[in-house]
Amino acid sequence: MKNEIINVKNLTFEYPDTAVLKDVSFSLQKGDFLGIIGANGAGKSTLIKLILGFLTPDCGEITLFGTNLAEARSKIGYVSQKANTFNTDFPATVKEVVRANLFSEKGLFKRYTKEDDKKVSEALELVGMADHKNSLIGSLSGGQQQRVFIARALVATPELLLMDEPTVGIDAHSVREIMDIIKRLNKNGMTIIMTNHDTPTLLEAANKLLIFCEHGYEEFVSTADLSLERISDILAGKRLHKHD
Amino acid sequence: MIDIFTYPFMIKAFAVAFMISLCAPCIGLPIVLKRFSAIGDATSHSALGGIAFGLLIGINPIVGAVVFSIVAVLTIEKLRKSFGAYQEIATVVIMSAGIGLTAVLSAFIKNGSANINSFMFGSIVAISDFELWLSLVLTSLVLILTLLLYKENFAIAFDEESAGLCGIPVRAINFVMMLLTAIVVSVASRIVGALMISSLLVIPVATSMLISKSYKQTLILSIVISEFITLLGLYISFYMNLRPGGTIVLLGVIVLIITSIFKKR
Repeated sequence: MKNEIINVKNLTFEYPDTAVLKDVSFSLQKGDFLGIIGANGAGKSTLIKLILGFLTPDCGEITLFGTNLAEARSKIGYVSQKANTFNTDFPATVKEVVRANLFSEKGLFKRYTKEDDKKVSEALELVGMADHKNSLIGSLSGGQQQRVFIARALVATPELLLMDEPTVGIDAHSVREIMDIIKRLNKNGMTIIMTNHDTPTLLEAANKLLIFCEHGYEEFVSTADLSLERISDILAGKRLHKHD
Repeated sequence: MIDIFTYPFMIKAFAVAFMISLCAPCIGLPIVLKRFSAIGDATSHSALGGIAFGLLIGINPIVGAVVFSIVAVLTIEKLRKSFGAYQEIATVVIMSAGIGLTAVLSAFIKNGSANINSFMFGSIVAISDFELWLSLVLTSLVLILTLLLYKENFAIAFDEESAGLCGIPVRAINFVMMLLTAIVVSVASRIVGALMISSLLVIPVATSMLISKSYKQTLILSIVISEFITLLGLYISFYMNLRPGGTIVLLGVIVLIITSIFKKR
């Protein structure tokens, strides 16, 4: 399909002694926002890592933009939980951090140009961090740092943005600001896949949902009539019809 | 106080000191930022083992040092993966192996202790023309690779996972940098001493990190600090009749402590 961004077919993955994902299938079209929820260890982050090629599936297939990951790499952006885990003493400015993701456009040995600096400024503008371009990344608050990491993912103008719990450990006000940015990106046509523990926030933003639960997963191709109570039931192990 | 430059051996010493202290922070910065600071010590001690081996079987000690250092960094890289979150154990294991090997082999070398001692603390004031040219070639190689791989080294040091996702050949670049570290450390161990080169990889970078406001500034400032402590240390050691390697390292530590005190204020 022309507008198909990702197609996951019968994806199965297990860590030694623990089956995490079993026979997972879904597909997304351009402009979709897929929310992924589930308990810790349910397989949310594993699914993101499989899509990004950090892990290799035991079986199944992932097609991105009608091709494989190597070909589609430049169209994919990724935001992890870095605001919680990165070394805050690392001596780097916001500009240096964001600019690092331009490699897919530049290639080996090429130096940065003024055009690259312009792209960095535009990406920072999108997340409201343009004024902090020359600040040390470690001097910013957790919410600001995560906005910088979103800008880093956006600088190479991806069409698919994967986000692994991007709001974890961030204060409520910053979470709202970050979700506003993500919703705006999605409204402008970017396809988003996001894992999150914050079910209400995700339910409000996503148009599709994957819920990982005890018996596997439930896929919802529309979140329109989905309530928080129903999601809680699924997470608690009450089986529902697939493709509701 | 410039009669120091009337001695040809001191001019050579200053030239080599200038070059080594130019390239040490270029290699040291990515190493320190990847929390891999002890690799300089592990490699230089393995180089000592290679030097002892070279002296024992009668080949050029620098060849022995280079071979042993390369084996050391490749083994560290392999062992690191076995220790998961405790990766620094691999470095300490190789460093211990290097020291052990040096101790055992030196017993079989004629005048072994004196020989190994000179490699440990270097002989910067007794540099041959060959060593001068070797330093020039190595410094050029390090500077070229530092410039060419500037953005790649930054991206890998900051976030290896994202660097790989962007298409940066992380493993290949890490391998090149490890190889370069092994070669520079082993050659410099012969020229300026194992103690001095492993310190120059870390101390100027650590000092610079305390006050720098960007990655670029950290690199530039660490080179400036490295040059300052090396050239001043060499100068002081000449007039005070001290060992150059030890003087330079101690001066570096003093600069680091002073910087850290001023930063706290």
